[in-house]
Amino acid sequence: MKKIKKIKIKINGGFKFIKDNTNLSDLIKTLKIPLKKVAIELNEEILDKKKLNKKILRKNDKIEIVHFIGGG
Amino acid sequence: MVSLKKDKFIIAGRNFKSRLIIGTGKYKSMSQCAKAVKLSGASIVTVAVRRVNITDKKKALLMDYIDPKKITYLPNTAGCFNSKDALRTLRLAREIGGWKLVKLEVLGDKKNLFPEMIETLKSTEVLSREGFKVMVYCNDDPLMAKRLENAGACAIMPLAAPIGSGLGIQNHTNIKIIRRQTKLPLIIDAGLGQASDATIAMELGCDGILVNTAIAKAKKPFDMALAFRNAVIAGRQSYLSGRIQKNLMGSASSPLKGII
Repeated sequence: MKKIKKIKIKINGGFKFIKDNTNLSDLIKTLKIPLKKVAIELNEEILDKKKLNKKILRKNDKIEIVHFIGGG
Repeated sequence: MVSLKKDKFIIAGRNFKSRLIIGTGKYKSMSQCAKAVKLSGASIVTVAVRRVNITDKKKALLMDYIDPKKITYLPNTAGCFNSKDALRTLRLAREIGGWKLVKLEVLGDKKNLFPEMIETLKSTEVLSREGFKVMVYCNDDPLMAKRLENAGACAIMPLAAPIGSGLGIQNHTNIKIIRRQTKLPLIIDAGLGQASDATIAMELGCDGILVNTAIAKAKKPFDMALAFRNAVIAGRQSYLSGRIQKNLMGSASSPLKGII
């Protein structure tokens, strides 16, 4: 059986192993994150949320997913 | 009679019903926060931009409690200590849902939380160029307020006192000078402790106030939210009514004629 290759990425400060060639749109769906309520950065570049399926994740990519919380 | 219905509170071309802006931090729960906001009558709430908790997917989101279609979210850069972080935060905020009206707050000291005005000024210039409508937290310095206005700020937000201190307005004179020199919305931000502080701010001619800790940490936050609501209305009406001159000596209220 062919072993699925996994890569290590950093997401919101923590490490995560995901399947190689995963696109960001699929990752967000897997994480069940409501896309309308967040913003996403990949390697410190803010992404257009409509084009996440075109972003194939690579080893050591850094992702930040942020939303609004209570604040003064 | 002074009518508050015709008294518009306009920021960056938008009219807001209430002159009270509420910070949404420090509440015991999101439901407590949402109820306090409702009772306050606020049209605008400040919000912070932070990482999503990706391990606890059931954790409630602020938007589930306060509907951004009904209450204007004002993304804030609280916690940023330099221009780079503040710009990054607000660009992310814009991406969440197109927010262009933002509150810039670049802090300079972790203990007193005073604004770092050089970084604040630089950030105001950049954000204005990028099309943001920037409401700027600043110190109560009329010269710096003027520079922020020239840099493109859409509202000047001087502190009353250090954030969360509850000390109330420390420098009435500077606030009055800033009021006199600018036509931009002037909003007291930070340091208020009780409802009367809000009234004083409004009587000094401020267009609005922003309060968080004084409500969130009051023994009875809901009652304090109502108190601030009424205090802002009272202060504004008092300001528009034109106060009497202060006199050193007394002036009897009852006529002297006909005294027995």
